[in-house]
Amino acid sequence: MTEQRSSGRLFLLALMLGLVQPWASAQGTGYVSSEKDHAITVLDLKTQAVTGTLGTCKRPRHLQLTPDGKQLLVACSESNQADVIDLATRKSVRRFSLGDNPEAFDISPDGKTLYVSQEDEGTLIFVDAATGKTLQTVPVGKEPEGVKVTRDGKTVYVSSEVANLVHVVDVASAKLLKNIKVGKRPRRFALTPDGSQLWVTNELDASVSIIDTQDHTVAGTLRFELKGARASDITPVGITMSRDGKRAFVALGRANHVALVDVATRKVSDMVLVGKRPWSVALDAAEKTLYVVNGLSDDLTIVDVASAKALKTVKVGRVPYTVVLVE
Amino acid sequence: MNKLWRGLLMAAAMPAAAANFKVTWLAPADDPRLERTRIERAALGHPAGPALDALRVALAEGRFELDTAGATLQLTQVEVSDAAAAKAAATKAEKDGAAAVVTDLPAAWTLAASDGTKLPVLNVGAAADTLRQADCRRNLFHLGLSDRMRSDALAQALTVRRWSNVLLLSGPGEVDRERSATAQASIKRYGLKLVANRPFKLSADPRERELANTLLLTQGSYDVVWVVDSDGEFALTLPYRTALPRPVVGDAGLVAVAWSPHFERFGAPQVTRRLRKAAGRPMDAHDWPAWMAGKALVAAAVVTPKGPAAAFQKALAEVELDGSKGVSMNFRAWDGQLRQPVLLSDGRSVIDLAPVDGVMHPKNALDTLGADAPEKLCKAR
Repeated sequence: MTEQRSSGRLFLLALMLGLVQPWASAQGTGYVSSEKDHAITVLDLKTQAVTGTLGTCKRPRHLQLTPDGKQLLVACSESNQADVIDLATRKSVRRFSLGDNPEAFDISPDGKTLYVSQEDEGTLIFVDAATGKTLQTVPVGKEPEGVKVTRDGKTVYVSSEVANLVHVVDVASAKLLKNIKVGKRPRRFALTPDGSQLWVTNELDASVSIIDTQDHTVAGTLRFELKGARASDITPVGITMSRDGKRAFVALGRANHVALVDVATRKVSDMVLVGKRPWSVALDAAEKTLYVVNGLSDDLTIVDVASAKALKTVKVGRVPYTVVLVE
Repeated sequence: MNKLWRGLLMAAAMPAAAANFKVTWLAPADDPRLERTRIERAALGHPAGPALDALRVALAEGRFELDTAGATLQLTQVEVSDAAAAKAAATKAEKDGAAAVVTDLPAAWTLAASDGTKLPVLNVGAAADTLRQADCRRNLFHLGLSDRMRSDALAQALTVRRWSNVLLLSGPGEVDRERSATAQASIKRYGLKLVANRPFKLSADPRERELANTLLLTQGSYDVVWVVDSDGEFALTLPYRTALPRPVVGDAGLVAVAWSPHFERFGAPQVTRRLRKAAGRPMDAHDWPAWMAGKALVAAAVVTPKGPAAAFQKALAEVELDGSKGVSMNFRAWDGQLRQPVLLSDGRSVIDLAPVDGVMHPKNALDTLGADAPEKLCKAR
């Protein structure tokens, strides 16, 4: 009893001195887009509290950092724009057109080109990041969603929710190289660090299709199961991978859980209960904490990866969409 | 009359090399549902234009998948003027090598068409439960909602709101008599209480005021007024004219529909906009089933791009479809009905989705809408 108490005191003391942390709280800032507020919620990762909001263009959805890490790019579906936010001043420095109803995008490794899916048109456009000019338009299946550029910058993958295809687009020629049939309603991508596997979430198939990027065929399918939930209630969307490519994290939508996946064996190691319709996921730099955006409960769940437990839920804006971490 | 409806044969432009599936669309000649005053009245759940437009959108957006699989779909449009003509047209379609028939016809004509051919018949226009029950057929599939699904969805919404005491107002005519019985079955299924079932009539005759005057019709004590009115003119005048300040549901007020242009979730606005772009009007309740018929045909052709017809038909019966309602949908084995969520709308927004939260089913919550397997109402399947 006494021993326990004194060790508890020691722990508290150590905590005050900053020697140990009760959980791995990252230093830095989280940015969460919220579709219905036309704003980005700013989260202090250390205190895990919302410190303010940044106004941006209308209906912000996908967010990404520029390759130099200095700017945040926001894709706004209602105002058909990109908003460029300087992270040092947290001010919008530039806006440019992103075509018609942009949903998701990726940035070329050199930061010069954006690849943007146009939800209404059913096209993938190449946009010059400096001038905002559309350089190329590639027709793809309807409701294109996830966009992913390979590390060498030569290939772009885009998913079509209607056609149930992953399109392989050659950057140099702006032509479709191949259409790969995957599961129903493919959404988001993760590439393994060696670039050999492309993982794509299938929202209406409770699965991830794993594509071999050598021959562009589906090499395997990871199917999610959750005790007490029917397959139709498991609707995976957001996905990310650890830097070593050993673990993947998949938001399971209506199942209200995030799956922690062992990439090598393609098996789920843990399921973590989070908020309603978890959507986008982001891992901190230490890869100890996972941030999960819950689209239908207007909040963000902070998950400790090691214990596979939700630590805290933070209220953010209305219909949050993407979370990006800057550490 | 829309120009689209005049053309007898319209083939979609497709490359010739790939395997080709022919599809015949059957719709009524001089369709009374598409008369100008009806379209302008815009009653919820009623057609807002020719549903063929929506089928075309589905075929166009399926092109990538079809090309990848190496298949094409070719559409033929035929107008029929009665049940016998519908039957003859279905027989002719089969003889001409069609792979499937899609019908946007009254119930009796739909039945005649399905009896005229062994081909799969995809019903997008007839909500009659008889086609899912006593008059079901092995080759008949239903993309739209049945009347029972619509009334079950409403009953679920009333149940969660505890609007338990229902005053039912039922229209004249055979269709409304059947639909009123269906509404009463749903009221019973969900443990609601039927306070009274009163017939109404559109009339200005003072001698018929007991049947026509909304204040007289809505005397009594109840939580909600449920109006069954296939025509729609009476129902549209009922909200805010009841004796008690109570909501109206059924064919006005809160209405159960397959689709609403105000639906915001699951990529729905994109679907709605695609029809607007193609046909100048947003996708509505009557368009969605036709769009889904197109999607089902595309899905079956993608699975069996080389045929033969039997494999295509089997694939069609087993399709898993994404209709932007948030779940994967398929046909019920026992009545050929497409399982689907039902939208509850007041015409301005989507108020609720059925199955409503909390309604449970041992296998699939979607089967709480419409006749369930244990009811064994369809003998032909």
